[in-house]
This record gives sequence, C-alpha cells and structure tokens, in this order.
Amino acid sequence: MNNQLTADELASLRLIAGMMIPASAKHGVPGADDDAIFADITRSFGRDAALVKQALGHLHTLSGGPFAALDAGQRAAVATDFRKSGGIALARMSNIILQCYYRDDRVMRSLGMEPRPPFPKGFEVEAGDWSALEKVRARGKIWRDAPA
Amino acid sequence: MDPVDVVIIGAGASGGAVAWSLAETKMRIVCLEQGDWQKPDQYPSAGRDWEARQMNDMNPSPNRRARDTDYPVNEDDSPIKIANFNGVGGGTVLYAAHFPRFHPSDFRVKSLDGVADDWPINYQTLEPFYAENDRMTGVSGLAGDPAYPPKQPMMKPLPLGKGGATLARGLDRLGWHWWPSDSAIATEDYEGRAKCINLGHCTSGCAQGAKASTDITYFPLAMRAGVEVRTRARVKEITMGRNGMASGVVYFDADGKEVFQPAEVVIVACNGVGTPRLLLNSKSGKFPNGIGNSSGLVGKNLMFHPYARIWGYFDGPTDGYRGPGDCIWSQEFYETDRARGYLRGYTFELTRGQGAVMAAVHGNAIGMLPWGEEHHDAYRKLHCHRAGMVGICEDLPEEHNTVTLDPVLKDCHGIPAPKITYTLSENSRRMLAHAVARGTDILKAAGAWNVGHESPLQEGGWHLMGTARMGKDPERSVVNEWGRSHDVKNLFIVDGSIFVTSAGVNPTCTIQALALYVADAMKQRLATLFD
Repeated sequence: MNNQLTADELASLRLIAGMMIPASAKHGVPGADDDAIFADITRSFGRDAALVKQALGHLHTLSGGPFAALDAGQRAAVATDFRKSGGIALARMSNIILQCYYRDDRVMRSLGMEPRPPFPKGFEVEAGDWSALEKVRARGKIWRDAPA
Repeated sequence: MDPVDVVIIGAGASGGAVAWSLAETKMRIVCLEQGDWQKPDQYPSAGRDWEARQMNDMNPSPNRRARDTDYPVNEDDSPIKIANFNGVGGGTVLYAAHFPRFHPSDFRVKSLDGVADDWPINYQTLEPFYAENDRMTGVSGLAGDPAYPPKQPMMKPLPLGKGGATLARGLDRLGWHWWPSDSAIATEDYEGRAKCINLGHCTSGCAQGAKASTDITYFPLAMRAGVEVRTRARVKEITMGRNGMASGVVYFDADGKEVFQPAEVVIVACNGVGTPRLLLNSKSGKFPNGIGNSSGLVGKNLMFHPYARIWGYFDGPTDGYRGPGDCIWSQEFYETDRARGYLRGYTFELTRGQGAVMAAVHGNAIGMLPWGEEHHDAYRKLHCHRAGMVGICEDLPEEHNTVTLDPVLKDCHGIPAPKITYTLSENSRRMLAHAVARGTDILKAAGAWNVGHESPLQEGGWHLMGTARMGKDPERSVVNEWGRSHDVKNLFIVDGSIFVTSAGVNPTCTIQALALYVADAMKQRLATLFD
C-alpha cells in the first residue's frame, strides 16, 4: 500500500499542525507549521504512515474535498468534528506533530531546556532529605511473618 | 555441530544469571539469543529523538517494534498487552530497574490467605541468592525498610528530587509507608559501570551503563569464563532423544539456516510467554502436546501484574525529564487486609516526571491540551509539573489465563506465534480500584490540582509469569522445586514461567535469584543430575 501523502494531504496536514499549535508571540515560539518543524514532521511518519494517511483521508471526507479549499470558519468547524471522530489515526498523527514540535531547539529553549540529547551530559537532580523517613521507621515492621 | 554440555535458550534476565553461575563448572555452555547485542551509544538517550524512539523502535511492545528479531504476539483477547525486548539483556534493556524482592508472605499465599498455592520454596531459600544477585547487579537503596526483612543495598539510594519529595510529602501527611526504592541503577561507579547521571528515561536503554542490564552485568563475566553467546539464533524446538531425554535444540541461525545443536542439558530462559511458546512448539511422539507438558499446565496460569497508573499535576515544579523514573515506593497496602474487599496487595512505584514530548502526548490524550493559542499556556502547566505512581497489583493464577499457539500468526521464520487469552479477575478489579482510590488520596495530600488515572494500564504487560509453574506434584506443576522438568530430566526452566504466584512487586530480582538458585541446585547435584 502506498502511504505517500499527496500534495493536498500535505497541505491539510500543515494546516492542522498550525491549528493545533500556532506560533505564539507571547512565548516567542514558532507554530507546528513552521518550515523546519513541518519538515521534521514529514520525515517522521515511520510506523504510523498508514494511519497518518487514514487520518487525512478522514479529514478530507469531513471537508467534502481538500481541507485547504475551505475558508477559515469552515476549517474550524471541520477541525472540531475531526477531533471528535479522528480516533486512533488522529491520535497517532497528533503524537507525531507533538514529538517534532517539542524537540525543536527554539521550543526547548522557551521551556528552559538545553536543546541537546540527555547523554552524555545528563542532568542534576537534588539528592533530597531522607530525615523524614524516621517517622516511617518508627512505625516498625509492617511485613508479615510466614510459615516455613 | 559439536555437542555442548549445556544449551541456554534466551539471554535475558535469567539466562544471564544462570550462564554466569554455571560457568564455574567449566562445562561447555552455549547461550542462544534470537536478538542482537545492544550498542549503548545508539540508545535513544544519545539522540534528540529519544522520546520518539520510545514510541517506535525501542517501544516495549514487540508488535509495535516489529523488528525481525521480535516475534509477533496475538493479544486481541487480553486487556493487557505484552511488553518485552528480544536481544542480549532481554527485558532488562528496557525495564525501569525497579528491583524489589518478594516478601516472606508471597511464598505462602495458600497457608496465609487461602488462595492459589504455596511455593515449594520460601524466602529463606532464596535469600542468599537475592543477596548474590544484588551484588552482581549493583543495587542502590537504603537499609532499614520496615516493609522487608533486613537487607543491605550496595549503594546509596537514587536522588529523591523534587518529584519524589512532593510525593513523599503526601504520604507523610497520610501517615503511610514510603521508602527509597531498591533500584538496579548504580548511584556510584560500580564494577566498571559509571554512575547514573539522571538521563531521565531508563526504559529505552541506558547509554551511561548505570542501569544493570544483563548484557553489561552477567554476560561479560560469563563469557570471560567460557560461555559462548550466539545471537540471531532463534530456537524452533527442543528435540527429544530415544532415551526420554532432550537431545538438543533446532534453531535458525543468522542466515536463516536450520541448525541442530546437540546438548546434554537444555535450559529454557525465554520469559513467561516465550517459554511456553517454545515448549508447545516442541512436539514429539512422547509429548504430542508439547515437551514437558504431561500435566497439561504449560501455558496455563498466565499472570501479569495488573497496573493502575495514577497521576497528578502540581503548581510547583517536579523533575520532568530529569532523573531515573524510580525514586520511592510505598508498601502500605502490600499485605492482605480482608476489610479492603480483596486478598493480597500491591506496591506503589512512585515516578517523578516525564519528558517534554510525553508531557504533550499524555496531556493531549487526556484532553488537557487545547488546540490554538491556548495550547501554550496549557502545556506550560503540564511540563515539569507532573508526578504520580503505578500500583503493581498481585495477580493470582487462574488456568483460563493462557499462552497457546496461534493457528495462523507466525514469526519471520514460520514458527507459530503465541496467543494470549486473559481476563482480569474480580479480585484484581477490586485491588485496582483500591489502588486508584488510595493513589488519588496520596496525590491530593501532596497538593495535586488535577488527578487522573488509567486502570488497568493497557500497555502494562511487562511481567510474564506462571506458565510453567514449579511444584512438587507432577500433576499440578511443570518443573520441580529446583527447576527441572518433571517429565524430562535434562530440561530446566529458570524464568518467570516457573513462578507459582506473582507477588505485588516487579519480578526481575526474583527471576534472577531463582535462576541462581536453580543453577546452584544443579551444581550441587552434578553427579546425580538426571536421577
């Protein structure tokens, strides 16, 4: 089965990505329809390529044709229906959009994260204060004896 | 193919332990593993796409990963789906490394609570092997937990962090038990392994090598002592000789060729699904229903741990993407209290946070992430503000919960795949409901502004147990009290299949202690092993 997206499907996906996560001046971040993020999305279908195609097919059914051909008001109404009826295919497509958006350098920096892999630098976590365990210890044994 | 003394099938948690222990005998030992060696520098944490890979090629579901080293599983008739990993290290490559022991009561559920069966061994039998496994694995934790008999972890506990401190505060307010989790994660440099640097996602492999998977603990030592590990070697069947003993195994090698490996002893270490699948696929004139299956119990009594996941969001920060998932546990509700409406109990494994992508994926799945401009403010209330727990519930054995052979589904070598048939018991349903209610109490006491749950956790079939149970009665068990098949005197099983009951804790520590115990029993009886 050919899961390659058509030009109409790619245009619809980009519109949906932008509706899902638009750019924000308040937070200084791009939208999920940003060139670099969208390129990452289109490279990342992997095991879910068929479901992405299925989700966009469903969107076009709801639209009565290409989603991009609708005006903004019509798109908002169709998107509402799409969210209600998209099922597992929309969920997987959404995951791909989210995974690509939240690994973008600009987005990670806006969240106070360094745009890097976890390894090899790692992260700091506070050792914490274990003195509160004295109360737990003071309760004494809570495990049950058992016959041999 | 030259004959060997011992062939071990599976290079996971138990395969590593039994290989290492038997290596000192200087027997010729070969371990066959259907997967590959892992390359830690290629684990997801070394890349920017680490969370995406957890959902794809490093997903715990073999059906989702769908590598050619995996086998498919028909799990349509189960509300809990199978999780595993096929490669050297097995499930320890992807596990969280939460490493609790069983309790003394777990081996005596019939005597104490009138359910299921007692084990033919007890806590004291396994205690020295727990300690040996802790040393080999490198366990971090804190001595003095009042939920356990005395034990001594090797290293200081994992950091409490903001998430652990938040959850501990809730438990303290309720006056409930909590303690630093025993974890198979090095908090100091240990036996050539570097200490944990809080990469944040133990469940897709540890690039640092701080997490103890058997490819970096037992196997290097076993191989140095002479054990041979053959990867991409998928066993099709165990063969029978004319003398009523297993004669060896037939496997597909890396080139897809069928190879017969003769062996004096066959040890199966393929987990609670892979082991019954192999035994059922090993049919002969003597065993038309699968080798070692005169009891008819191979594949029956499948136990998972039904999981309840309970989470909350907090105004203050949690650890988010930092740190191992493990931090503390609570065993307040571990031992039986009949007033709760169910028998046996569960452990809360408390978890400190999640990565940036998973914060979005889960937030979206539970309807907390609107589309549009509001997305950004909503997301920032979720990211690094979540903590929670899973309730790991004891599952009791029931013969109608099974692993059988699927009549249609096969792996890439044409070997029939396993089919899972499983229903949650009423006892498990009540226990899960209790865990959800008490977990919610903890989160609210800790100050969570939003609490949710998923129960049973669909993807939570990590722990696969009971499908070739041990016991003294050959009509009611598959192997004897030291792991030898009742039917075939040179066939042994050492994985979670031989569990009689499941306890309410992660099983890896006990699987490995059992494997060491069986290996020790074999070594003690070398001259009379087949009597």
